[in-house]
Amino acid sequence: MELDTIAAISTPLGEGAIAIVRLSGDQAISIANKIFNGADLTTVDSHTINYGKIIDPDTEQMVEEVMVSIMRGPRTFTREDVIEINCHGGLASVNRLLELVLQLGARLAEPGEFTKRAFLNGRIDLSQAEAVMDLIRAKTDKAMGVALKQLDGKLSKFIHRLRANLIESVAHVEVNIDYPEYDDVEEMTQGIMLEKIEEVSQEIARLLAMAKQGKILREGISTAIIGRPNVGKSSLMNALVHENKAIVTDVPGTTRDVIEEYVNVRGVPLRLVDTAGIRDTDDIVEKIGVERSRQVLKEADLILLVLNNNEPLSEQDLQLFDLVKDLECIVLINKTDLPNKVDKEQVESLAKDFPIITTSLIEEEGLDQLEEAIAKTFFTGNIESDDLSYVSNVRHIQLLKQSLHSLADARGAIEAGMPMDLVQIDVTRTWQLLGEIIGDTVQDSLIDQLFSQFCLGK
Amino acid sequence: MVYDAGHFDVIVIGAGHAGVEAANAAVKRGAKTLMLTLNLDMVAFMPCNPSIGGPAKGVVVREMDVLGGLMGKVIDKTNIQMRMLNTGKGPAVRALRAQADKPLYIQEMKYQLEKLEKLTMRQAMVEQLIVEDGVCKGVITETKAAYYAKSVVITTGTFMRGRVIIGDMSYESGPNNQRPSVKLSEHLEELGFQLVRFKTGTPPRVNSRTIDYDKTEIQPGDEVPSSFSYETKTTITDQIPCWLTYTNEKTHQIINDNLGLSAMYSGMIKGTGPRYCPSIEDKIVRFHDKPRHQIFLEPEGRDTEEVYVQGLSTSLPEFVQHEILRSIPGLEKTEIMRPGYAIEYDAVVPTQLWPTLEVKNISGLFTAGQINGTSGYEEAGAQGLMAGINAAAKALEKDTLILDRSQAYIGVLIDDLVTKGTNEPYRLLTSRAEYRLLLRHDNADIRLSDIAYQLELISEERYKNYQAKMMMIAEEKKRLAKATIKPSEDLENLMAEIGGTTLREPTKAAELLKRPEVSYAFIEKIVPAERDLPYDVKEQIEIQYKYQGYIEKSNQQVDRMKKMENKVIPDNIDYDAISGLATEAKQKLKTVRPLSVGQASRISGVNPADVSILLVYIEQGSIAKI
Repeated sequence: MELDTIAAISTPLGEGAIAIVRLSGDQAISIANKIFNGADLTTVDSHTINYGKIIDPDTEQMVEEVMVSIMRGPRTFTREDVIEINCHGGLASVNRLLELVLQLGARLAEPGEFTKRAFLNGRIDLSQAEAVMDLIRAKTDKAMGVALKQLDGKLSKFIHRLRANLIESVAHVEVNIDYPEYDDVEEMTQGIMLEKIEEVSQEIARLLAMAKQGKILREGISTAIIGRPNVGKSSLMNALVHENKAIVTDVPGTTRDVIEEYVNVRGVPLRLVDTAGIRDTDDIVEKIGVERSRQVLKEADLILLVLNNNEPLSEQDLQLFDLVKDLECIVLINKTDLPNKVDKEQVESLAKDFPIITTSLIEEEGLDQLEEAIAKTFFTGNIESDDLSYVSNVRHIQLLKQSLHSLADARGAIEAGMPMDLVQIDVTRTWQLLGEIIGDTVQDSLIDQLFSQFCLGK
Repeated sequence: MVYDAGHFDVIVIGAGHAGVEAANAAVKRGAKTLMLTLNLDMVAFMPCNPSIGGPAKGVVVREMDVLGGLMGKVIDKTNIQMRMLNTGKGPAVRALRAQADKPLYIQEMKYQLEKLEKLTMRQAMVEQLIVEDGVCKGVITETKAAYYAKSVVITTGTFMRGRVIIGDMSYESGPNNQRPSVKLSEHLEELGFQLVRFKTGTPPRVNSRTIDYDKTEIQPGDEVPSSFSYETKTTITDQIPCWLTYTNEKTHQIINDNLGLSAMYSGMIKGTGPRYCPSIEDKIVRFHDKPRHQIFLEPEGRDTEEVYVQGLSTSLPEFVQHEILRSIPGLEKTEIMRPGYAIEYDAVVPTQLWPTLEVKNISGLFTAGQINGTSGYEEAGAQGLMAGINAAAKALEKDTLILDRSQAYIGVLIDDLVTKGTNEPYRLLTSRAEYRLLLRHDNADIRLSDIAYQLELISEERYKNYQAKMMMIAEEKKRLAKATIKPSEDLENLMAEIGGTTLREPTKAAELLKRPEVSYAFIEKIVPAERDLPYDVKEQIEIQYKYQGYIEKSNQQVDRMKKMENKVIPDNIDYDAISGLATEAKQKLKTVRPLSVGQASRISGVNPADVSILLVYIEQGSIAKI
């Protein structure tokens, strides 16, 4: 019956070492195959588990190492083709995975939808129907409860404001159409509409950027420590962990050896990652090459580049500066307990806007300044910490992204010289998408707006 | 003593805009029909503004015409002015509006009906329905005549317990001092109908002789007038203009000073009025910072001096109406012929109806028009037409017709009414349609001709003409898809003229037509067709190419909607037996009794979880046994 392919994270969020993204539907296998680097899923046997890597088709970056279970219908839970992608349990990676499959055409499953399909496809006994309906009810209510909680406050107000902004323009266009002779209503022009579209697009983009930070707050800022041999990287790691009581230590992944240390630095959770052995390897560039290093470093949200106060800058240091030039970075000049041999002016010119902290980790000096710099890096501007945690759920992020697309379509229509009543279709769509975030999609509010905003009638 | 006055297939009560269309449609479907009206001189009378059409409404008139309706044909013959609105905007919102010659419209409509062989027209006041065991079998008039029929359509407009209010004076009346229908309203209540009290109003009419037009702005009709009906061949070219003037601070002062005397503000009026048709006092109060409001002066016909003062609907006392008018430029010496008034009336809560407009609790009884809580001649006519089609279907055991939201504005109108109900007199607006781009003025025939032909609402000849048009469109599109336009100096010059960029490579004509600056007329110049095609064929081709992307997007949305629309809810469903449904959803579903899951999902108070549960319940096919 329903032909579209649905996807969801089917393990409890943040509660396990492994997470599973499940897809069900006609497209499940082909979608998974598009991001899977391993065996060809379209030809492998049913009911097998396949090891491979998830690659983002846009950036060609590796996202995760995973195990993919493939189960062709009808011998599955839903009787449709089902894919289960087992990945490492970190929220960031599993969310990323889900976003990828949604981008490729899967639809985010409604609460209880897998079970519903199982039922509708005759997989579950009739007598279980009532249980299915209770499940849908319970899950929806729970999801709504969670959503409402999240919506309490700033995000909700923010979305309301965006929508009010859009509906005003939409009503304006509508009134031009339905009351073409009313002279007190100016004709909506392409210029005004474009301005409005830009304004709202920027706001949504900002919200999405904040969402990213919101995720960061919950999942930790992935932080890489780099530097030449013997500059004090291990000491820095130990100092941070020691000073800030680790939240989680040594979470070994199931498919690879990742060491993550979670520390809380002045309210900013840092996830000290060692994705490609950056920490253990003294010379990352030599080990994996310049390009690959750059890729690896890009995965980190923050880089701590450690220099030796006691030695002049070497060729390797310059290389490292080059690697981090477009990234978020803090430069440490360590070993101030030893005589200064590094050219500070040279460091300053290389560091450009990066903060520079001088430390003596052995003497436990400069850590305070470092922590302050870390906190500052992520709380720049007027963003307060409670602002960040809101837009965290994938559904919201998807809707915001769709809103942006829809506004881009509207912009495209204006540029192509389409009449305003067609441009307005995409603007209205945006308004509806934003409404879905806060659970308001009632068409009638447009008509209410029409009559409260304008003096109409014969 | 009640006597047997005759037997029919369909009886229509009322001969307003809904009644005439209902009677005509029923006859077209082959039903022996009786139309009863209080006053045969008032057939299709326009008690308010002398115009037909406009945004959304004009498209409805087109749709009615394709379905064999009368409104389009009659107004084409009796208009004093035609104007295509929104010509500067996209094709989806273009709308035709006519200024009507009111007396002529009545005469022509009556004549059209008189010619119908299967129709009996009779002057009578219906007081009672004959209802036995939930089945309507006929009507009884005040003269004790009993007429029997398998279907009855009530189209009593604003007559039911009508009450006219001017200032602090009020009296029981239908519009324009006609007799109100009191007993029928009481009878419907006895039958268990839920009624609601609505209000509407109309402005004063003045004598044209007393207007100084030099102080107003002229509002002429189109140079080349268009027609509503696809069958109309000739248009009226000697058109009469309307005129525009404005209220001013003095007007507003007079209104403010007398606000307490307005029936609207003194509490005399209990009914809910429409927001889109506010009285002048309403406008002044709600938008007090507006320095002026538009007043359109619209002639009520060719052979009358009476002028309708659009924008001045009011329930203020008559003496204040004089003062208001005389404060307006051009109207300083104006003489009122009829004062403006407000009218309150009983309407049927439309969620009591099936989408066929048959009453849920009384088989064979239909209601249509303003009685269903709408406002506007077009909204009334459209419902009348649909009720007539379905009443005849019921009587003759033929196929019923329900139009969906993607097929016609008529579908939007009726679906809104029976699914959501209405809190105020309902008016169609283009913004009520989700698929506005598909519901255009130009493609009403493409949307509905097949249906009309299947239901025998249009003639064989007309359908053949339609098919010929479709063939021409298809062939021309095929030709344009093949014809190649090569870059040349001539072409470059032509492109420069229309402000387009030059062509670099040979391009198919169809592709070039998709450019915003390129029109069909332009393409025609470069690669002429073998013979000159009719205007509406060219127009259709241009629209189909130019807005292809948007049309496809809309069609995809329609496909998604139809999936849910096709999931039929069994008639005997027991909502109480579905444990997962929220209480509010249960209540709403039991009232509306939607025919499909799609319709259910549009009921306010039925949320997505309820829809999911309903779907599960229906799909597994064992109703009330779980």
